Amino acid sequence: MNPYRTQKIAFSFLFLANLLILVLVGVIVAVIVQKGLPAITWQFLTDVPRQGMRAGGILPALVGTLYLVAGAIVFALPIGLFAAIYLSEYAKDSLLTRLIKLAIVNLAGVPSVVYGLFGLALFVVFFKFGASILSGSLTLGIMILPLIITASREALESVPQSFREVSLSLGASKWQTIQHIVLPNAIPGILTGTILGLGRAAGETAPILFTVAAFYLPQLPGSIFDQVMALPYHLYVISTQVPNVDEKTRYGTALVLLALVLSMNLVAIVIRYKFRMKKKW
Amino acid sequence: MVIFTIDTLDVWFGSRHTLKHVSKEIYAHEILTVIGPSNSGKTTFLRTLNRMNDLEPHFKMSGTVMFEHQDIRTIKVDVLRRKVGTVFALPLPLPLSIFDNVAYGPRMHGQRNKKMLAECVETALRRAYLWDEIKDRLQESAFLLSGGQQQRLCIARTLAVEPEVILFDEPCSGLDPISTAKVEDAMLKLKQQYTLILVTNNVKQAARVGDRTAFFLDGELIEIDTTEKIFTAPRDARTDDYIRGKFG
Repeated sequence: MNPYRTQKIAFSFLFLANLLILVLVGVIVAVIVQKGLPAITWQFLTDVPRQGMRAGGILPALVGTLYLVAGAIVFALPIGLFAAIYLSEYAKDSLLTRLIKLAIVNLAGVPSVVYGLFGLALFVVFFKFGASILSGSLTLGIMILPLIITASREALESVPQSFREVSLSLGASKWQTIQHIVLPNAIPGILTGTILGLGRAAGETAPILFTVAAFYLPQLPGSIFDQVMALPYHLYVISTQVPNVDEKTRYGTALVLLALVLSMNLVAIVIRYKFRMKKKW
Repeated sequence: MVIFTIDTLDVWFGSRHTLKHVSKEIYAHEILTVIGPSNSGKTTFLRTLNRMNDLEPHFKMSGTVMFEHQDIRTIKVDVLRRKVGTVFALPLPLPLSIFDNVAYGPRMHGQRNKKMLAECVETALRRAYLWDEIKDRLQESAFLLSGGQQQRLCIARTLAVEPEVILFDEPCSGLDPISTAKVEDAMLKLKQQYTLILVTNNVKQAARVGDRTAFFLDGELIEIDTTEKIFTAPRDARTDDYIRGKFG
């Protein structure tokens, strides 16, 4: 066959694949926005659910999700970052470190419900934290840990080796080199990975199902040992467990969750873009 | 005065035997030029002197290298590298401003005083013959300088640490002839205060700036003598062939 023709065919398939994705995402977003937007009012965002969650707002779920995400990051970012620094800067390339890296990559693929069960067994039951923000945050944190480690490691390893050599050749110690040269140049990549992890933590239902999420709890939490409602679980509840909830309310909740996750991803994209503009090597 | 004494130095990277039984002395305040074809071990030799080879995986050495009568393996590595600085083959500015590039070393060694840092940066830039060209641009990114300026910036950055020895690893390989002349000028003037060791692929450069010259081939030190002798009456036929351009 004529090479130009095969190229054309290949290109059209590649283009079609992209178009399909674009259309799918577009349709999902469009439907949710169209059906959910009428529900979005100030009251919807700031009121507690009323009349068996058929009316009122979603404030406790929104606040609960924000708490959980914040807790997950407080836990996962330092540990993930330190692990990544160790793996990329200090660990010698041995069979063990390769196994660890492989394990971390694979952890990122573990189904989230498995993390949920793990969190139930370890935090809720074994450590006796009960179903609480603490248990839920820790479970979400563990779930996004591999994501943060992998992103941070890639960011650290993308800092040119020559920068490290220059710094060391000037008599700086290894830790000084990491502090002053490697980390500042890796931070945008680390932030991007972290925010993507946050987005994932905000949207998951399974890990919080057994560890924190409350079916209906109209008051805001008083401490980290309280249960909270959370957006993804609330959406599941009003969509499947409570009869006769307005379509508007369901799609409104979905819209808020979607907006939350998408805006986090947007922030990640902006950071990455700004960094690329500033990158000098 | 002898500053480096190298005694039966062997270096391996994995199974590759890169330096073989190298013994020699390096004197203070001389420019020692090191020549030889690619893969002859010159850069390895240079990087052994301030233990930059330690960063490579599978690096192994035997024999001793004494710096100021002390085995380099017993000197703290950051102290050694402060006293024995490196200028790399390519200009490698750090992703910082011009000022911060030069101030990096002193800052890492604990200098916090702004006035002292400014003085130190100016002195270093003057010694590298760069001050007049860039004194109004100190806060600009170092990446905005030309290649030749970047390389002199790297020299200034090394000088700011106040080393005793400066190792140059083919510092002009990426530069045009005019920038090369400026870097060579700087080296000749630096000789009064520092010991310079220059690895170069450019035989003529070795002849222009060297006091003594060492010729490496396949990891062996074939010959070391005054530059004049090496270039007029070498003892070994292989040295003669190399500087005449018969191979390499």
